[in-house]
Amino acid sequence: MPGLPVVFFILAAVAVVTALGMLLSRNTVYSALFLVLNFATVAVLYLMLGAPFVALTQITVYAGSIMVLFLFVILLLGAERLPISDKLGWQPFVAIPLGFILAAEFAFNLFQSTGQIVNVIETPANFGSPASIGELLFSQYILPFETTALVLLAAAVGAIIIAKPERQSPGQAIRRTRAVSSPVPAEAPSAEAKETPAAVQEEALKQN
Amino acid sequence: MIPVSYYLGLSAVLFALGILGVLLRRNPLVLFMSLELMFNAGNLAFVTFARMYGDLAGQLVVFFVMTVAAAEVAVGLALIVAIFRSKHTIDLDEVNSLKG
Repeated sequence: MPGLPVVFFILAAVAVVTALGMLLSRNTVYSALFLVLNFATVAVLYLMLGAPFVALTQITVYAGSIMVLFLFVILLLGAERLPISDKLGWQPFVAIPLGFILAAEFAFNLFQSTGQIVNVIETPANFGSPASIGELLFSQYILPFETTALVLLAAAVGAIIIAKPERQSPGQAIRRTRAVSSPVPAEAPSAEAKETPAAVQEEALKQN
Repeated sequence: MIPVSYYLGLSAVLFALGILGVLLRRNPLVLFMSLELMFNAGNLAFVTFARMYGDLAGQLVVFFVMTVAAAEVAVGLALIVAIFRSKHTIDLDEVNSLKG
């Protein structure tokens, strides 16, 4: 049951206000907290649409893990104190009307095609329950399930490698110094005129 | 009872707000958060359609989108940390060259 209209409009207003708060807030931590509230509101909307499993997954994964990760990175980089340059000249004047046009187009098309559906169809009592989702997930959608497991593994490995600080081993440092100080490889060692500079270089390398 | 098209209208509004956030904010962290808002708007549309047609496939798509979005956020934030470590700024107007 989609629920009472009052509940829907209150939740919709909270969702839009928190989204605007996230966009307009100058402090990045406030933006993240506004977004957490937005996710919680959308989770309640999922509950009203008869999707309890997805609603609680949203709270656990989005509001509970992804936003916590965002807050970690915000506090790690000190982004709440970084000076944000307001060098936007003409962008807001083009972007905001285009955004309005996009939203109006979306809403127009959606209302055109589905406006006549007032009552949703009656769904069984366990629609959207974990058991019914699990039945479908492990029988018909087993391939995307395993693929997302691979995607998560790749993302975890990739994130660790990208964010790892570069550290030189001692052998790497010595090889780099040797390459810098002796740029010419041993081409004609028989020439006696080159022997003295080569001996001087080798002594210098032995001291490193 | 309210028409399900109101849910779709809310999804459209949230999606447009997400796009405005991507276009107008210079801080890449807020940009990523606006991307997550767009993902959420799409998920809301999927759940609405699942309810409209009584098909659970819509909710399964939302499950997969959440998983992939979590993976993408992890890699994206690692990239931001790496960029900050080398350039000491994350303002998007200054991170405009491919040179790392």
